[in-house]
Amino acid sequence: MHTAEPQSVTAACWSCGASLPAAQPFCPQCGKVQAPLDGVDYFAVFGLPRKLNIDLPALERSFYRLSRKLHPDLYAQATPQEQQWSLDQTSLLNDAYRTLKNPVVRTEYLLKLEGIVLEAGKSDDGISKESRVPADLLEEVFELNMQLEEMSMNRKMGEDDPALRTDLEKARIEFESQLGAVDSNLQTLWTRWDAAIDDNSDTTKIKDETVALLDRRRYIRNLVRDVNEALET
Amino acid sequence: MAETRIVGIDLGTTNSLVAFMQGDYPVVIPGEDGLNLVPSVVAIPDPKKVIVGYPAYPYLARTPDRVIYSAKRLMGRGVEDVQDEVKLFPFHLAPDIQPGEILRLQIGPQQYTPPEISAYILRQLKKNAERYFGAPVTKAVVTVPAYFNDAQRQATKDAGRIAGLEILRLVNEPTAAALAYGLDRQREGIVAVYDLGGGTFDISILKLQDGIFEVIATNGDTHLGGDDIDNLLIAIALDDIHGEQNLDLRTDPEVVQAIRKAVIEAKIALSTSDVSRLDVTLPDGQSYRREITREQFEQIIQPVLDRTLGPCVQALKDASLTPGQVDEVVLVGGSTRIPLVRRLTDQIFHLAERGKKPHTELNPDEVVALGAAVQAHILEGGSAATEDMLLLDVTPLSLGIEALGGVVAKIIQRNSTIPASATEHFTTGVDGQANVAIHVVQGEREMAKDCRSLARFDLKGIPPMSAGLPRIEVRFLIDANGILHVSAREQRSGKEAEIEVKPTYGLTDEQVETMILDSFDYAEQDFHQRQLIEARTEAGTILAAVEKAHVNPAWHHLTDDERAQIALISEELSVLKEGDDLQALRAATEALDKATRRFAELMMDSAVSSAIQGHTMESAGEKLGEGPTAPHPFAPAEIK
Repeated sequence: MHTAEPQSVTAACWSCGASLPAAQPFCPQCGKVQAPLDGVDYFAVFGLPRKLNIDLPALERSFYRLSRKLHPDLYAQATPQEQQWSLDQTSLLNDAYRTLKNPVVRTEYLLKLEGIVLEAGKSDDGISKESRVPADLLEEVFELNMQLEEMSMNRKMGEDDPALRTDLEKARIEFESQLGAVDSNLQTLWTRWDAAIDDNSDTTKIKDETVALLDRRRYIRNLVRDVNEALET
Repeated sequence: MAETRIVGIDLGTTNSLVAFMQGDYPVVIPGEDGLNLVPSVVAIPDPKKVIVGYPAYPYLARTPDRVIYSAKRLMGRGVEDVQDEVKLFPFHLAPDIQPGEILRLQIGPQQYTPPEISAYILRQLKKNAERYFGAPVTKAVVTVPAYFNDAQRQATKDAGRIAGLEILRLVNEPTAAALAYGLDRQREGIVAVYDLGGGTFDISILKLQDGIFEVIATNGDTHLGGDDIDNLLIAIALDDIHGEQNLDLRTDPEVVQAIRKAVIEAKIALSTSDVSRLDVTLPDGQSYRREITREQFEQIIQPVLDRTLGPCVQALKDASLTPGQVDEVVLVGGSTRIPLVRRLTDQIFHLAERGKKPHTELNPDEVVALGAAVQAHILEGGSAATEDMLLLDVTPLSLGIEALGGVVAKIIQRNSTIPASATEHFTTGVDGQANVAIHVVQGEREMAKDCRSLARFDLKGIPPMSAGLPRIEVRFLIDANGILHVSAREQRSGKEAEIEVKPTYGLTDEQVETMILDSFDYAEQDFHQRQLIEARTEAGTILAAVEKAHVNPAWHHLTDDERAQIALISEELSVLKEGDDLQALRAATEALDKATRRFAELMMDSAVSSAIQGHTMESAGEKLGEGPTAPHPFAPAEIK
């Protein structure tokens, strides 16, 4: 099994023999789906560099364009081999699109490509609560946890405390704005990362900062979710 | 092999339909009775006799325990899931089913699984389509509720195989409906499809752009539909009877069926009138009569309909949309005829206040089958009518694997566009361990025990290594049908790992094989066989008519040549009738029909003249009140 860099692979279309550009999922000459290559990353699926600022409308257009070439519906009458390739190529395309269209998942994915293992697993599995409390939020988090506990006690007793509700509403606004701040910091890091890639400069520091920021984001997002849950019920 | 048509099938809880693309538009294929709907009812009065559709209805009164309806609600389910509703069904489960096992129904001496029952319905639809096209049909697109899980989808595919139909694609019902609507005009924007059928509820939110139908979010309840409304009304009626007449009829299946019929009629009537009446004759000769107003009806069913609210809210949330951002709402499923459902969807999506109305232009009973036909056409390669149309659907439920402590590690999130895949790595915990077991579940809850168990995969043949050293890469792939495939390889040795799958509520491949009613290879042959039988019957009918003709006075008005010709062809036909040559048999039947045409005319004339003379030929009494008799005694035989 070869594990060559996809960029270096040159191949010919199995059907018409035309030469294929790197990691091309379908033949530009005859349009037929090609065997998927090992090691194609999600950026390469869209022909994008490993950068974090992505033009989302353009990504969607690429996704639709590629879907129209690769989707299993187009190969329903084809050979089993082509059907399998279409299935593999389309699932890769869908996985890539799903990952890249979400900014946080995209950032985590890029870090993973860079060999960084994030703590507490994925951002979207909804059960990671193990992150450490960011030091500057210690006091607020402590207070919030008290309020959440009181709220759940009230619920058990069937009571409603309007003052507590107001406090929680305030906390929600506070943490949502914190989340907004994190997201804008993240955007700054993306731009720094993209610039570093362009000048080929060292990215170690940016990576570390991104990891820390993602941890903070996960923590705050969980808080927002907890407050929302408490207020909704 | 000749290219066969791909048909679109809506395998519904209450009714099923088959459709195909005729020119630029899909049309429903009627059955022999001329009707579009085939009720999803199967009567098996004895193991050799299976009756599907309307003709099965009378058996509900005669042998209720041998009639299966709403089998779709049992597909891919276990005995522990269906305890409550099984009490309301007139048929019974096999007594020895264990939890986690596929359901089996005890119908007389035989047992049937839900996929086998569904296969009978599919077979009927296949037959209807073959009759319509005059050619075998072996491939289909079949719709399923969007919220069907893997086991329910697999069960549907199994039903297709058992029926001798290759299901090329399972399409989600609301998405199919969107396709049928999307064909009508070029729509762009956000569309919500609210699909409340006989047994299931789905909500799907799609983004339509340049012919791409991209599902953004879907949600639903596979146990919510018109059946629940019926069951509620039945329970109220039984309570009434118990209270008023001190009769406990809950265990009398025949009465329950009679009440069921009455409440369904009342329910349908209340969609258009303000008041309806229930009138049921009870076994003691008394009657149960009750008037029900639409207001009362709406009060009763409100709790059932309110259950559609949560899925709608969740789907909007998952799509990151507010109700006001939904451009169009499409109503699908027979239950959306209920005025209260229309008011409810208006509230959920703020339609009236935005000057909008839900779309109901296409028949809610047929729109899903029509959409399935559109998708079938796309799979056939399409035409100008479907050019650029492409459906991108999602998986309705998150896929996870059971991790340490029974917690679920989600590997593919719900609402991911399918096909979708995820790769996970596993290792061993003990030196030399050769097997690793993986438990795959579907659902949104955090603990595996609260999710739907799909299957247990046993990775076998791991090369002996120290604990933690093997690196087994497992790829989970959800295909375009929403069905899971798992493959694995041990990375250090590069060896494909062997996987043994134990589906939790499904049939094994071997079981399906033994159930196959008509295998694909025999489909063509079977079709030929059936046509031959039909042609023989027709020949027999015409020969019998000729036999009878000899005694008719009109016979003597024929010339000698004509009589000789008829005799010759009759003899020829009698011989061919015993053979296998379909073409020759048909030609001879036609020739005899032609040769006897003048006789038929002569007979008509004499019948007419005798009628004018005042019924001298027949006893007048017998004829009174009847319509005209068939003008041609050799009209084609009716094939049953």
